Amino acid sequence: MARLPTTSDVFNAIAEPQRREILSLLTTGERSVNDLVEALGLKQPQVSKHLKVLRAVGLVSVREVGQQRLYRLNAQGLKPIYDWVTPFERLWHERLDRLDAYLKQLQSAEKEAGKEEEEKNVEQS
Amino acid sequence: MLSNLDATLALTFPSDRELVITRTFAAPRHLVFAAITQPHHVRQWYGPCVMTMTVCEIDLRVGGRWRYVLQTPDGSEHAFSGEYLEIAPPERLVCTEGYEAIPGAEYVATVTLEEQDGMTTFTNHLQYKSKEHRDGHVGSGMETGMRETYTRLDALLATL
Repeated sequence: MARLPTTSDVFNAIAEPQRREILSLLTTGERSVNDLVEALGLKQPQVSKHLKVLRAVGLVSVREVGQQRLYRLNAQGLKPIYDWVTPFERLWHERLDRLDAYLKQLQSAEKEAGKEEEEKNVEQS
Repeated sequence: MLSNLDATLALTFPSDRELVITRTFAAPRHLVFAAITQPHHVRQWYGPCVMTMTVCEIDLRVGGRWRYVLQTPDGSEHAFSGEYLEIAPPERLVCTEGYEAIPGAEYVATVTLEEQDGMTTFTNHLQYKSKEHRDGHVGSGMETGMRETYTRLDALLATL
């Protein structure tokens, strides 16, 4: 199956671990390219290349302040991924909710059994 | 990436081929371990509500196999099965898991149970052979989840 180019598909764009790391760094606020280069320990051209891809899919936006280019996260761009994962999450959510309810049921049954046992002991003594 | 439907459930994607599901239960871990490994317990909670569990076989020993079959309201059956790789009650269970309709896409599920003050943190770490397999699995949850949501909606609408 042919892959969509990373520059038009948000899923492929974030398949690259370093690009995910850039997004994580940007969750705390705007950062300059130099800032990112330092935090990632990568070469500047590499970081710029990643930022170009992230911009192309709308995950980051940029503004110029004097000599600096500041990048910020555009979280709305992650919505397709959120939409993709939410139903799966719901399935697990429901499944584990049921396990939770069942565990509560088991514990109250255990408690009941314990009480009966105690009552029996009291009667016998 | 982390999304949040409920504070108690978390889904994380540590890498392209992994998925981690975490949830906390107000129960001691020996009980959680029993609930996920004994067929008479599993039958009580596994699978979305609208599905019926028609088969629940568990041969709980290393090299032993398990097989679950879920039936949808329209009668179609979905079989899941795998092999136990590691069994360490009440804290760890490792097995392979696969959807029988898609052979070759099995993944390894490692369940870890950690208990603290009577609460148990359940972690299910799924390791896939490829990113495509993981994405396909998560994508298939979409179908099941949607189907369930629509069925519920139908039921609700019927009462209005």
